[in-house]
Amino acid sequence: MNEYATVKGEIGAVKARSEKQGSAGRAAERAPAERIDSRRGVKDVMETVMKAVFVVCGLVAVGFVLIISIYLIISGLPAIREVGLWNFLAGTNWDPANKSGNAEFGILPMIFTSIYGTCGAILIGVPIGFLMAVFLSKVADRRAAAVIREVVDLLAGIPSVVYGLVGMMVLLPLIREGFDLPAGDTLFAAIIVLAIMILPSIISVSETALNAVPREYEEASLALGATELETYFRVSAPAAKSGIAAAVVLGVGRAIGEAMAILMVAGNVANMPSLLSSVKFLTTAIAGEMGYAGDLHRQALFSIGLVLFLFIMLINAALNLFLKHNKEGS
Amino acid sequence: MTDKTIIEARDLDLYYSDNHALKGVSIAIPQHQITALIGPSGCGKSTFLKTLNRMNDLVPGVRITGTIEYNGEDIYGRDVDVTRLRKQIGMVFQKANPFPMSIYDNVAYGPRTHGIRGKAKLDAIVERSLRDAAIWDEVKDRLNKSALGLSGGQQQRLCIARALAVEPDVILMDESTSALDPISTSKIEDLAMELKSRYTVIMVTHNMQQAVRVSDNTAFFLLGELVEYGETERIFSHPQDKRTEDYITGRFG
Ligand SMILES: Nc1ncnc2c1ncn2[C@@H]1O[C@H](COP(=O)(O)OP(=O)(O)OP(=O)(O)O)[C@@H](O)[C@H]1O
Ligand SMILES: [Mg+2]
Repeated sequence: MNEYATVKGEIGAVKARSEKQGSAGRAAERAPAERIDSRRGVKDVMETVMKAVFVVCGLVAVGFVLIISIYLIISGLPAIREVGLWNFLAGTNWDPANKSGNAEFGILPMIFTSIYGTCGAILIGVPIGFLMAVFLSKVADRRAAAVIREVVDLLAGIPSVVYGLVGMMVLLPLIREGFDLPAGDTLFAAIIVLAIMILPSIISVSETALNAVPREYEEASLALGATELETYFRVSAPAAKSGIAAAVVLGVGRAIGEAMAILMVAGNVANMPSLLSSVKFLTTAIAGEMGYAGDLHRQALFSIGLVLFLFIMLINAALNLFLKHNKEGS
Repeated sequence: MTDKTIIEARDLDLYYSDNHALKGVSIAIPQHQITALIGPSGCGKSTFLKTLNRMNDLVPGVRITGTIEYNGEDIYGRDVDVTRLRKQIGMVFQKANPFPMSIYDNVAYGPRTHGIRGKAKLDAIVERSLRDAAIWDEVKDRLNKSALGLSGGQQQRLCIARALAVEPDVILMDESTSALDPISTSKIEDLAMELKSRYTVIMVTHNMQQAVRVSDNTAFFLLGELVEYGETERIFSHPQDKRTEDYITGRFG
């Protein structure tokens, strides 16, 4: 017992001591209490052990985040220093493996691609996901909704490489033919794949939010002569807006971090993005080039990782701020 | 005061799946009067009220037979537009349920739903409705604040204003004062009495004094049946049915 108490520091030790004194005092007064006390001692040890385990687990998680951040910063900074922050972030040419010594390390096209791709996926995925959520939460009858929910969960469980594969086999030929292009690998294809991938989380988060809208609001609206659809869009959805916004932010987070699926459909040429050209995302640059990159190129990929990391931190901070604001607001 | 019948139910039966909640109810409700529905808990008062604006349609497994006529039209007829019906027969619920929007938007919700646009028009409707609901002075400086910041009594009057804003003919009130303090309650009672020159009011109440104070007619329900119906004064002074007498004198189990 004392061993763990010292591990937990002074407070634990003081507590353990005072408990010991307390138990000794009580034992002296009343004999039968002794046995109960001795069992409590065992329990105390268990409590202390378990608390220590929890603390250690918590520290491990925090530790990993710290290690990853520090590692990214340390390994991401050299290339930025070498290339120059401005050239790196605002340069429009990405030619890191140029053999004739004219290598260029501008990631602006990828930054734009990641932003466009994410926005496009949100633009397509959120309305569809939201309508699905309204359908599941309000319109569909119970059994149909249950079946569809299962399917949506299944969609969430499909590995991203499978999305990529299906996109490659089905979507790319369609785009190639539909737009009469030499190849279907385009930003457009990536946006569609991303939109489908973020659907499940958007649906389930918005549905939860819509389910939480008190029935009284909807009854009040119906009793005023609004139709059911008017009620869902003008009363239920606004009442669920914070949850729906959370769904959007979650979707942004997922879309911006995805690499595997879009690596297979985006064409992977670091063009300034336009809908029907091949593009390279921040994530796909890392995933696609790490295997053969040498020296500065490799370091530049770490720098991209750092940029991506900051992006995602920013989004998380926005989400937290937003959720906190909403809690205070309501 | 006219005695024109505005709503008439005939042989109304209602089942919630197997539960026979209304049994052969026939009642004629006169226009521009206040009709109180009384009876012990679970006797079907709310159920009856909700058949009048077809809010029962929303409950799965409901079956209704018999007829209800509103101005001579069968409200369960095949060509009836339920949204039009509900616009004309408004409802105020037991628990105040303002939308989580501004006070203004709460009141303007109904008119907007029914196609009224234009700020000037809506402003006028909002002010008139809030005045009619005797809450204008309390909220006129905070129309753009959330309705959820109002007190319970104010919220309920806001809900009345919201119902009035679509210019209904009939207002159904389901124990609309049961959660309120005496002052708010008497405000809403006064309101109901003022409104009856222009509207027909049907109110469910558990409060006998309230029925006596406010209503012109009283209907006593028991176990889904309409036991006795007549002028309030007569019902409370000379009840004809033993069960009515037991109930209003508080001898009912
Ligand atoms: N949505 C529903 N589904 C199934 N049964 C219901 C439903 N609403 C009411 N009932 C049943 O119908 C009967 C009448 O209920 P109702 O709510 O009309 O009573 P009430 O007179 O309004 O009672 P209270 O004074 O407690 O409000 C009750 O037996 C009740 O259990
Ligand atoms: Mg009731």
